[in-house]
Amino acid sequence: MTAPRASDGLRVGEIEGLYRLGEARPSEIVASCLDAIDAKDTSVGAFVEVFRDEAMRRASELDGEDPSGRPLFGIPVAVKDNICMRGMPMTCGSRILRGYRPPYDATVVRRLREAGAVIIGTTNMDEFAMGSSTEHSSYRPTRNPWDTDCAPGGSSGGSAAAVAAGMVPAALGSDTGGSIRQPASFCGVTGLKGTWGRVSRAGLVAFASSLDQIGPVAADVDGCARILSAIAGADGIDSTALASPCPVLDAGPSASLEGLRIGMPRSTGDAGLDPAVEAALSGAVRMAGSAGAEVAQVDLPDLGLSIACYYVIATAEASSNLARYDGVRYGMRVGAPTTARMYARTRSAGFGDEVKRRILLGTFVLSAGYYESYYGTACAVRKWIGESYQRLFESVDLIMLPTAPGPAFRLGERLEDPVSMYLSDIFTTPANVAGLPAVSVPAGLSADGLPVGLQLIAGEGREDLLIRGAAALERELGFRERCVPPGPGSRSGI
Amino acid sequence: MNDRGYEPVIGLEVHAQLLTRTKLFCRCPARYGAEPNTLVCPVCLGLPGSLPSVNAAAVAMAVRLGVALGCRIAPVSIFARKNYFYPDCPRNYQISMYDAPLCEGGALEYPVDGQARRVELERIHLEDDAGKLLHRPGGNSLVDFNRCGVPLVEIVTRPVLHDPEDAAVFLQRLRQLLRWLGICDGNLEEGSMRCDVNVSVRRPGSTMLGTRTEIKNLNSFKAVEAGIRLEVERQSRILDSQGVVEQQTSLWDARRKTLVVMRGKEEAHDYRYFPEPDLPPLEVDAGLVERERSLLPELPLAREVRLREEYSLSAYDAGVLCAERRLAEYYEQVARTSGEPKASANLVMREVLTALKERGGGIEGFPVAPDSLARLVRLVTEGTITVTAGATVFEQMLAVGEEPDAVVERLGLRLISDEGRLAEIVEAVIAANPQEVERYRSGKRQLLKFFVGQVMKESEGAADPRLARDLLERRLRGDAPGR
Repeated sequence: MTAPRASDGLRVGEIEGLYRLGEARPSEIVASCLDAIDAKDTSVGAFVEVFRDEAMRRASELDGEDPSGRPLFGIPVAVKDNICMRGMPMTCGSRILRGYRPPYDATVVRRLREAGAVIIGTTNMDEFAMGSSTEHSSYRPTRNPWDTDCAPGGSSGGSAAAVAAGMVPAALGSDTGGSIRQPASFCGVTGLKGTWGRVSRAGLVAFASSLDQIGPVAADVDGCARILSAIAGADGIDSTALASPCPVLDAGPSASLEGLRIGMPRSTGDAGLDPAVEAALSGAVRMAGSAGAEVAQVDLPDLGLSIACYYVIATAEASSNLARYDGVRYGMRVGAPTTARMYARTRSAGFGDEVKRRILLGTFVLSAGYYESYYGTACAVRKWIGESYQRLFESVDLIMLPTAPGPAFRLGERLEDPVSMYLSDIFTTPANVAGLPAVSVPAGLSADGLPVGLQLIAGEGREDLLIRGAAALERELGFRERCVPPGPGSRSGI
Repeated sequence: MNDRGYEPVIGLEVHAQLLTRTKLFCRCPARYGAEPNTLVCPVCLGLPGSLPSVNAAAVAMAVRLGVALGCRIAPVSIFARKNYFYPDCPRNYQISMYDAPLCEGGALEYPVDGQARRVELERIHLEDDAGKLLHRPGGNSLVDFNRCGVPLVEIVTRPVLHDPEDAAVFLQRLRQLLRWLGICDGNLEEGSMRCDVNVSVRRPGSTMLGTRTEIKNLNSFKAVEAGIRLEVERQSRILDSQGVVEQQTSLWDARRKTLVVMRGKEEAHDYRYFPEPDLPPLEVDAGLVERERSLLPELPLAREVRLREEYSLSAYDAGVLCAERRLAEYYEQVARTSGEPKASANLVMREVLTALKERGGGIEGFPVAPDSLARLVRLVTEGTITVTAGATVFEQMLAVGEEPDAVVERLGLRLISDEGRLAEIVEAVIAANPQEVERYRSGKRQLLKFFVGQVMKESEGAADPRLARDLLERRLRGDAPGR
């Protein structure tokens, strides 16, 4: 019998079903993932490292083991290149960390392994997760499997592209301002970030600590729910991780929109929505209504404020978080006669332009004389935004809005215009600024045949409502059934 | 006021390493003296992806200090990042506290010449220590991160000291309290306690503060005093020649006993403090504060006062005996068991402290138990042995660990108060010193002391000195010895 192939777009739940029925073994599934990577990754560039031998070795071990009690038994998972795995290369897409191998596992990696997952490799990203296109990787840009002339979004572009191209059923990303959801939208897959603190950040290389969350990218909502359930929960080595357990996440057939109160933004400001996004949104609203949801218009806190606040806080924290890459202890070092010169040369050579831009911005907003007007103000605005969302969620269960203003843009198109690049995060930053759980679900195709996603945001700690709404919406929208998956037949896709 | 007519205004920032078992933000041992870079982990090395978590024992110790100093303990305080690049700081930021410290206000009180002195505090906060650089010949440097992450409290006084000597006394008293509370060993040389000083000068009567300068690296009480004196002198000279004192930071050069300018106003750091996003606000519940308050030992000042009142000790004696909490406890046990507080004080101060000085180390683990020492006190005060013999007994107790009565018996030190036995010794002394007898009889009465000394010597300190003196006087005046 020919083993089913993950490259056929198998989902996490489907693989679990095959194992349960004895129709496939972990080594066959993992081998098919590796084959898919061999076949497609030359043109996509989703992976930085593929752990071919380790993955096969682990899968073969699992072949002889009892899956019970391990919810991700034999599930191949790719991990973004900013999450620590003991002894494996980790670079955050940066030159400055070339050759660095962490001496410990991130909590999420340990939990994935304990749940039986097989780690396939590391995925490409914008350097230190700073970017929305994966073009700021020091290796190469990742390409969108739907159209290889387009960006996959970012910064978790490698993870989203790997799942979209059927190389893996699921991957971990990190989301600071939309870095999971925006590439999920661009690549026609599902991406989720939990409440800030839902998933331990221990072992995630910090970009902006108060905004960062690790989360899953998967082919469907159920896959995201399964991965999130496995990695979520309190952690003794991350004192910002939530103490309360993650609610039970059910993306099964009983998930329904019936009775859910869904808020729609009265206005999306001057974001300039692509017609496909407009259409997806209005279509979803109609569907939700007919599926028994109560849809009401709500006033979101000003989206422009969110993004301004986000870029001040994120760059401020980043300027401090990235100070440790100085050439003294690990990673790249460019020698110089004095320590100060060594710092300067190492960091000048090791960081790319976007990272330098953000370090400079962040240093500026924290500087004496500017702190109050920038960082101080941003914190006050952040508090206000958080309180506003909290009030909103007293009257709605979910907020539905676009994930991004449009579909994937072409590679290179926004590289010279950082502000337009920043604005592709306009709908995703509020959930980070307010620390709320949010998910992007593929909802339709643009005129050019590129996917667009819709975003749901839930109240603090309500990943259960988020998953329920997203699973029901996914079923109503029927994206996977309606839309041509990437592969031979799509225009310049793989 | 110095001799140029300026009043120094001095504020101190003291860093004290807390005696926790583990570091402030990870579980590495907080130990001194291990092989370089053996007490480290991803957290204290600031490796990518590592996160701090707060050591509750360090918080408890800082609260203990705050409670002892009468500070307001903040129910919620906030760790903040202090950003600066230096190779001994692996994250290139220190996790400290900035605008929401753990403790605010409070004061250290201690007696100076019988008067209570009160030095008000600005704040106390927690922060982590940096590693250590080892500069090698040839210009290379090595870094040892063992110390990195060891918990520190920073104690900041208000600018209320006006004399370099006062500053040194304050520091000694602060060190006493830190040791008393068991939260820091106060070793300035090894750097477990470090002092930075802020100094400005002004005309007496002025309420304005002048531009202050900072002195770092003051690694002894003497250095603190000398460093401040030099800086006050420097600032006074500048002002006398109509100059302007500029903000600067200098280092104390312990070898040459001078100040070396480290950085001027232009190089002043902008630390870009902001709240540490990797740590939630630090909550200290009332329970912890109450627990620490209830566990607080009697503090040095209160104990000194009580010792003076309860045992009629002099201020000086009470001060000496309260230098360390264990010493005060030791003394009190001796005094209570013996019922002779003054004699106990004398014996502890004369014999025990001398022995401690010779042996090194503290009173804990001292081989003579307080109850044994109390017995020795009784032997002396009851007249069983002389004070001189007491010293001999103490030496033996220390050397061979014998109980005092056993030493007395073994060495036959029991006081000779039997006239018959003593008269024999007197007779022998007189016979052995005919010239002195002659001189005494011709009027040199002060020679009596010499004869008493000889009798004591002959009896190996066991003679009852009063009786010996009586017998000698009678015999030398020509009376027949008790025959």
